[in-house]
Amino acid sequence: MSSFWQSLRRTFRLLTYNKIGFIGLLGVVFFILLSFVGPYVVPLDTQTKVDKIYQPPSSEFWLGTDSEGRDIFSQIVHGGKDVLVVAFLAGFISTTIAVLLGSLSALAGGWVDNAIMALADIVLTIPQFPLLAVLAGLVKFNNVTLLAFILGVLSWPALTRAIRAQVLSLREREFVEAARALDLGTKHIILREILPNMMSYIAINLIFAMTGAIYAQVGLVFLGLVPFSGSNWGVMLSLAWTRGAIFYKGSLWYIMSPVAAIALFQLSLVSFTRLLEEIFNPRLRTSV
Amino acid sequence: MTTTSLAQPTPSSRFDVWYWLRRLARNYILRRILMALAKIFVVVTLTFFIVRLMPTNPIEAYINELIDQYGFTYQEARDQAAALYGIDLEASLWEQYLEYMKNLVQGDLGTSYRSKGTPVAKMIGKFLPWTLFSVGVSLLISFTFGMLLGMIMAYRRGSVLDHALTTVASIFSSIPNYLVGMMILVFLGVQWKIFPITKMRGAMSPGVKPEFSWTFIKDIFYHATMPILTYVLTTIGGWMLAMKSNTINTLGEDYVTVAKARGLNEGRIITAYVGRNASLPLFTQLAISIGFIVGGSALIEFIFVYQGVGQLLLNSINYRDYPVMQGVFLVITIAVILANFLAEFVYGWLDPRIRVQ
Repeated sequence: MSSFWQSLRRTFRLLTYNKIGFIGLLGVVFFILLSFVGPYVVPLDTQTKVDKIYQPPSSEFWLGTDSEGRDIFSQIVHGGKDVLVVAFLAGFISTTIAVLLGSLSALAGGWVDNAIMALADIVLTIPQFPLLAVLAGLVKFNNVTLLAFILGVLSWPALTRAIRAQVLSLREREFVEAARALDLGTKHIILREILPNMMSYIAINLIFAMTGAIYAQVGLVFLGLVPFSGSNWGVMLSLAWTRGAIFYKGSLWYIMSPVAAIALFQLSLVSFTRLLEEIFNPRLRTSV
Repeated sequence: MTTTSLAQPTPSSRFDVWYWLRRLARNYILRRILMALAKIFVVVTLTFFIVRLMPTNPIEAYINELIDQYGFTYQEARDQAAALYGIDLEASLWEQYLEYMKNLVQGDLGTSYRSKGTPVAKMIGKFLPWTLFSVGVSLLISFTFGMLLGMIMAYRRGSVLDHALTTVASIFSSIPNYLVGMMILVFLGVQWKIFPITKMRGAMSPGVKPEFSWTFIKDIFYHATMPILTYVLTTIGGWMLAMKSNTINTLGEDYVTVAKARGLNEGRIITAYVGRNASLPLFTQLAISIGFIVGGSALIEFIFVYQGVGQLLLNSINYRDYPVMQGVFLVITIAVILANFLAEFVYGWLDPRIRVQ
């Protein structure tokens, strides 16, 4: 039993090695809990109370009320789910494509490499947000999976380049050569020699893909190009904008809550990558 | 027994096409030009097919609308659509494509659907300079100050200034730029009343004539302040951190140590030795960031009601003005490709090692 506590303590020391990264991790966990567990705890306030418009935060309304007297805090709690799900999905799709194509490109070499890199270059050059805006005008993005899919498919080039560079450098390393000399087979080389060394890269790129996905989807929803209903953070921003909440002094909480939620989540994700760097690269750590 | 081989013609006695082709292919500038042209070609083709092959084919939708709402006959509706989009609907897809390319090369991007009769190229010409102005100025400020601050941070590593600037840089570069713009509007504009935001909307004040006068120049900078502030705040962090890490790496190089040992003036070391080598990798990143800024400009221009090309794109999407949408997207992408090419050109000019490959 003591070894369990020992490994727990070691894990805790590992996680807190980088202070900022740990705070980032706490932030990410907080938002995940808020968005996925929160809706079961805090009911969505849909009642219009005309006498309580734009109230400042109080003990009853933790973040104040919006233009129809509804509680902002409950909206924030219910609003994170769509954003996070799209972010995770898009990041996952993007990273998977990037790992597959990047490794293929690096290991196959020759014209395959050139073709994939040329394709990546072209997709990279097309400005992502205008393309998304134009696509949104032509295709109805009314479901979460479709949006995540399009976002993932458009953001793979940057990661592919990085993964390819990483695989290229790893391919020449001694342990790969040793594995080849021992005739351990290609599958073993890929899965047990190259991939574990790239985990930090992959994890960090996954998180950056997520931040990019959040930027794009909130932007699209804010402009009203994606017909999402509900109270996700982007929709809150869009409603606040169209109701003129920006220009009224009392509605500060209505506009700032989703802004703060999105900004804090992005910050947590980015800080978390610092922690991931240290966890996955034991050479950076001096103890533990 | 000796073998003899056929005498090869000496290189000087015939024009060796392959030799010159190989030399051309190795030329950095030429390769970049060809790649830029190839990219433009791909984007043009892509735009053409996106509009035609999407589920809601805008041309068909327009034809249907003309028939339903305006009582056109099918033939008249088709002719109208063909005129608007600048294509001949009778022809096969391939011939339509060639017609489209021919029009493009002549600068004809079709006519707007909503503002009937206005050529798309003219609309773009009215809005594009503002985007180029705001984005260009921001990039200039962000890049130069980012480099300077980055170098200062590297020289004063570990100091309070370093930590403070790093934190601020990290925070501002993680937050989406339109959120920063909104925060500027809300806090600086409404809550603390530092900026008179109602007067600063738009690109120009009404009544100011666009000419090369001091009033005009002052005016356009006044109106562009908030967009430029947003762009600079969100991008300067990246430049600062990149420059700082590059400078730290360069400071560890041998030639810097030798320069110091030779007793060179510190100022000269900073500019000619450290500065030049540390800032070189940043130029490749400049190319990527141009694309990102131009792409993100749509949102910023929306927030600050700035009449740039991004706002034109968004309006055309909202009003389903397909010719304008197509044209603006094309122009934005081509602008990004050209800017990338320019950045790569500057990089090739600055770094002699690239040219000698």
